[in-house]
Amino acid sequence: MTMQDRSSAEAVYDAEEARRARAIRIESVARWLLPLLVVVATVLGWQWLVTANDIPHYILPGPFRVWEQLVTDWPMLRDSLFVTLKITVMALGVAVVGGVLLAILFDQSRFAELIFYPYAVILQVTPIVSIAPLIFIYVKEPTARVLICAWIVAFFPLLSNTTLGLKSTDHNLRDLFTIYGASRWQRLIHLQLPSALPYFLGGLRIAGGLALIGAIVAEYVVGTGGAGSGLAFRILEASYRLNIPRMFAALLLIGVVGVAIYAATALLSHLMLRRWHESAIRREG
Amino acid sequence: MTDLITRQTLPLGQRPRVLEMHDVLKVFNGTVTALKGMSLTVNAGDFISLLGPSGCGKSTALRLIAGLMQPTQGRILWDGDQGEGNGGRGDIGVVFQEPTLMPWATVARNVYLPFRLRGKSFASVAGEIREALSLVGLEKFADAYPRELSGGMKMRVSIARALVTNPRLILMDEPFAALDEITRQKLNNDLLQLKAKIGCTVIFVTHSVFESVFLSDRIVVMAARPGRVLEEITVDAPYPRDMAFRTSANYAAHTSVVSKALLAAIGETA
Ligand SMILES: Nc1ncnc2c1ncn2[C@@H]1O[C@H](COP(=O)(O)OP(=O)(O)O)[C@@H](O)[C@H]1O
Ligand SMILES: [Mg+2]
Repeated sequence: MTMQDRSSAEAVYDAEEARRARAIRIESVARWLLPLLVVVATVLGWQWLVTANDIPHYILPGPFRVWEQLVTDWPMLRDSLFVTLKITVMALGVAVVGGVLLAILFDQSRFAELIFYPYAVILQVTPIVSIAPLIFIYVKEPTARVLICAWIVAFFPLLSNTTLGLKSTDHNLRDLFTIYGASRWQRLIHLQLPSALPYFLGGLRIAGGLALIGAIVAEYVVGTGGAGSGLAFRILEASYRLNIPRMFAALLLIGVVGVAIYAATALLSHLMLRRWHESAIRREG
Repeated sequence: MTDLITRQTLPLGQRPRVLEMHDVLKVFNGTVTALKGMSLTVNAGDFISLLGPSGCGKSTALRLIAGLMQPTQGRILWDGDQGEGNGGRGDIGVVFQEPTLMPWATVARNVYLPFRLRGKSFASVAGEIREALSLVGLEKFADAYPRELSGGMKMRVSIARALVTNPRLILMDEPFAALDEITRQKLNNDLLQLKAKIGCTVIFVTHSVFESVFLSDRIVVMAARPGRVLEEITVDAPYPRDMAFRTSANYAAHTSVVSKALLAAIGETA
């Protein structure tokens, strides 16, 4: 190989490297910039649509009108936001505890699974709107009613994902645990629960969104039944008063809650898995 | 240093017996004869290879020895057993074809597993773990996670885990089959050095003639349908064996004999 060859080979290598580095830089900027541009464009397009066609605000308010409403109604909407958020997080918490404990029970006892799994499925496939009125008859405590509805919607993905995860242990590792004489408990703690973690976290992402849906739907169904001070109640109330900007403002907040819950579960999942799980590994180049 | 390194390999014939298989039969589902009439004597310090085409019952033999299942007929007696005992259970190390590490645990925590399952604290066995890791050349990687290691390094962790408790017997089921040839030769050399140091007893499953000749003092050639032992070949070459052995006439002679036996097992003539 002559000197000439080698330097040209290096030059090609460098160009390739540089191109890849540039692609990574562009990607890292675009990841933030593109969604932002889309949001800005949507807001501007919306505002243009409203002003150009002279649409009255009681039919479709422009984004800036919605923002004004959000600012003026903030004390009221903030309280509702906290109510909805509290119900959602509590329902998710109960769903996590209930879903995981049931999954462990099903895993440990085949009979428990045979007996209770049909109930879990029935609860899951029956639309919550059709169960909610019954719950409101039998349960008197307002927060508890909404909580139960949200829990019913949210716990199933946690149950089914965790159940699957507990069964998805590496068969060689299972044999190894047998050879070393592991007890049931040791097997659960040191093998099955860690194996189930990625599955559980996947279920948690789905359940987070569902808990919010459950909380909102329950509030819609109860109407003004006492607990009604969450965001769903504000939307209903504003619709009776034809306060469309406030409906949009409340809707916006629900969207923000949904995104926040998703981001929180995704972050949690990343933090817990980044050292070892394939899903959390970012490859270079 | 602990007793990992103190056990010395005595000359053949003076070594205590570890395990005896008597005419073992294993039938699955009442129809598939996975292993038939297998007898084998394992003495302390032996390095025995089970060699044969796939489906000849090599893994079945290991699983029977490991106590993961019971023979349909015949007996597996551990040294010290009074009768139909299970004395060896819990005192063996196993290496599978895959490294079979817990991805959520660091290298040191993976090697700690056998102790953890026996209720020992990490601190109380930290010395043993460090020693096992240094025996396989991974002392610097104690805090790494498995995914940060190459295939060969993961296998070393698996080996460290198998020997950390200083077990009476180590079972290895095609441990290097998934590795490239260069890594495999390196690991073969290292395995022999390790064995020279700690004098462990190994049953090693492989379908490589070269690997079996290089490593073992006895090769059990097996055939399939039904799985059975065809022949037991003794490798007459002193340890330590190194790269020079790989190019020696003695090595060539042995590989030729073993290859012929394997061809017979597969059902062709040489
Ligand atoms: N759990 C099992 N159930 C039914 N058949 C099995 C089982 N394990 C192994 N076998 C059969 O027993 C035979 C020997 O298998 P195995 O011991 O895995 O062979 P090897 O490890 O030598 O490739 C094969 O025919 C295989 O299909
Ligand atoms: Mg096998």
